Amino acid sequence: MRSTLGRKVVGVLLGMVVAVGVFAVEPVTIVYWQYEFATKVAAINELIRMFEAENPGIRVIHETFPYAAFAEKVAAAVPAGVGPHIVNLYYGWLPAWQRAGYLQPLPEEWFPTEEIEAEFAPLIAAAKMDGRYWGLPTAVRTLALFYNIDLFEQYGIQGPPETWEEFLEVARKLTVWRDGMLVRAGFGMAPDGQDHHLVREVLIRQFGGVPYSKDYRYVLYASPEGTRALQFYADMALVHRIGEPDFPFPGVAGYYREGFNAGLIAMIIDGSFALGTIQRGARFRWGVAELPRLTPEGERHNFASFWMHALTPRAKGAELEAAAKFLQFITSERAMELWLREVGELPARLSLLDRPELLADPIYGPFMRALPYSHATFFVDEARQRQIMIDAILRVIRGGVPAAEALAIAAAEEQAVLDAFWGGR
Amino acid sequence: MSLARRRALWAYTFILVPLAIFFFFRIVPMFQAFYLAFTRWHADPAQRAFVGFANFQRLLTDTRFLQAVRNMGFYLLIAVPGQVILGLGLALLLQAIRRGRGFFRAVYFLPYITPAVAISWAWSFMLSPHLGVINAIFRRLGLPPQPFLTSPSQALPTVATIVIWQFVGFHMVLFLVALANIPRELYEAARIDGAGSFGMFRYVTLPLINPTLVLSLVLATGSPTIGILQLFTQVLNLRFYDPGGPIGSTATVVLYMYQAGFKQFDLGYAAAVAVLLFLAIVAITFVQYRLTARRIEG
Repeated sequence: MRSTLGRKVVGVLLGMVVAVGVFAVEPVTIVYWQYEFATKVAAINELIRMFEAENPGIRVIHETFPYAAFAEKVAAAVPAGVGPHIVNLYYGWLPAWQRAGYLQPLPEEWFPTEEIEAEFAPLIAAAKMDGRYWGLPTAVRTLALFYNIDLFEQYGIQGPPETWEEFLEVARKLTVWRDGMLVRAGFGMAPDGQDHHLVREVLIRQFGGVPYSKDYRYVLYASPEGTRALQFYADMALVHRIGEPDFPFPGVAGYYREGFNAGLIAMIIDGSFALGTIQRGARFRWGVAELPRLTPEGERHNFASFWMHALTPRAKGAELEAAAKFLQFITSERAMELWLREVGELPARLSLLDRPELLADPIYGPFMRALPYSHATFFVDEARQRQIMIDAILRVIRGGVPAAEALAIAAAEEQAVLDAFWGGR
Repeated sequence: MSLARRRALWAYTFILVPLAIFFFFRIVPMFQAFYLAFTRWHADPAQRAFVGFANFQRLLTDTRFLQAVRNMGFYLLIAVPGQVILGLGLALLLQAIRRGRGFFRAVYFLPYITPAVAISWAWSFMLSPHLGVINAIFRRLGLPPQPFLTSPSQALPTVATIVIWQFVGFHMVLFLVALANIPRELYEAARIDGAGSFGMFRYVTLPLINPTLVLSLVLATGSPTIGILQLFTQVLNLRFYDPGGPIGSTATVVLYMYQAGFKQFDLGYAAAVAVLLFLAIVAITFVQYRLTARRIEG
């Protein structure tokens, strides 16, 4: 008796489930991953709200992880067939992630290559491998000089330095040594912050050299021009004594930025991504200027980078379609405008880059104006290549190695990394 | 079924659960790592190519890996004897006092239970060449200020010292327990036989705490929590943007493995490092065990 009743109940329930399945439209659920960064998380949440309102059939789950654990989570989740359909990654990680099968190319039908190249800033070519694009950014970043206006005024300095000579002069004035101890640095030297980019893509070019061949397959910086550029940077610590690497504390993320916020450093070179931290942390008036150059008419160069949204192999069928739709949305003009407002990063679409009000903006302007003369190094192994340049700089400053020798060591090691990568393809 | 058998059956059932967890989350991944070490990593298991010993061959010519291995030798030489000898010394001193023993024990043990990340940050502040408290003290004492973590020659000994400071309390507690278990009559008998302090330490204390000494050495060398061969968190956090620096002078093998696996997404290569590290830990532990266990008892 009991079992017959049970069977009936189960039958009715099954029938209901089937009916619901037939008549209701099951929303497609996709998962988006990025690392935890308050303003970026809020911006993506806002974009998801807008996207879901316009696409009732798609649900986007947004998951974040601390920066230090982010790559580990991706490394483990994707091979297990779980984790994100769309993932946010630094553009320099692309070759490693692509080679290891963590990404799939953007489907041509939704992201035609020609359209991407016509509509996005040219530097996003760094997201292209094997003739395909593997992701798109919402925003791009460049470098600029941040300076403490209060300190400048206190020392009677009129505006930010235009040339490197002026830069050294200003920095010398603002540097304070007491009893052989650096109490305030005129410049926050951070080879492991943004300064390895500064040497690689800005100084070497300004001194007349080229860091790499056009296709980034050959290292060319071990040259007299490269040596002069590296020596110039090292001399900031060794000769001019306007700062030191690791000042004030090497154990803290963004130590030079925090030192700037604390008034221990008068000038730093940092990316547009630092704007939020400095806006929140600095208790003084500060300004942003384009990076100095060698002479008032000298060449300007800058380093640009971006985080891109990419599709993982988990996105298939309806999920792939939904993920592509979401990716289109978060890289649309609307999303970029919101991103600039909420996160402070520059839009990646050309249509938004020549707006006069943005170019003239005292904060965004210097970053925006730098985009046309920026270089996005094509890293095949960002972690290793970054380390090699940091070590080259520190060899000169801390190890007493001549700049030419430090660059020769770096060039040999980096060329081996490039050869191993391109040779293995 | 008898009561005793039923009890035994229950006991086995309960043992089986943690055993299964241990087996699936420890032993199986270990063998997986062995397998991965011979493959070229790919997210799709079907595309993982078997490459034989290629990953190991690459390691042998990888200057950064070899530098990390060299560094491990220095870390072992400084930090293992440092932890064990200081731990034993502190335990002997604490055993000799009555007042405040609990307080000192707690103070020395505290760094061990403090998160390594917090310790690294705190030391990075204190060791700042220009603004840190350590150099301020040096100046007061008339000593020249030191570059510590920013110097390629001083960074490794500095990290090793921090590690010793962090773990010495753990060894001290091990030795305190061992010392408390030595029967007092033995010391009295030795004293009657005319043994001095050193004699009592050499012929009574040392042989009787030998098992603890061996344990302490083995843990300080290779254990996942405090083993020098698995040093990672401190090195990662003492120089947050340049872990293992300056110029690779503090890099460790585990840091290298982490970077290969999670920065370069080269998990086959990282697994090869893990296998070599595993073999090194087994070999060194075995040698240590044979040497120390024999010499003192013999």
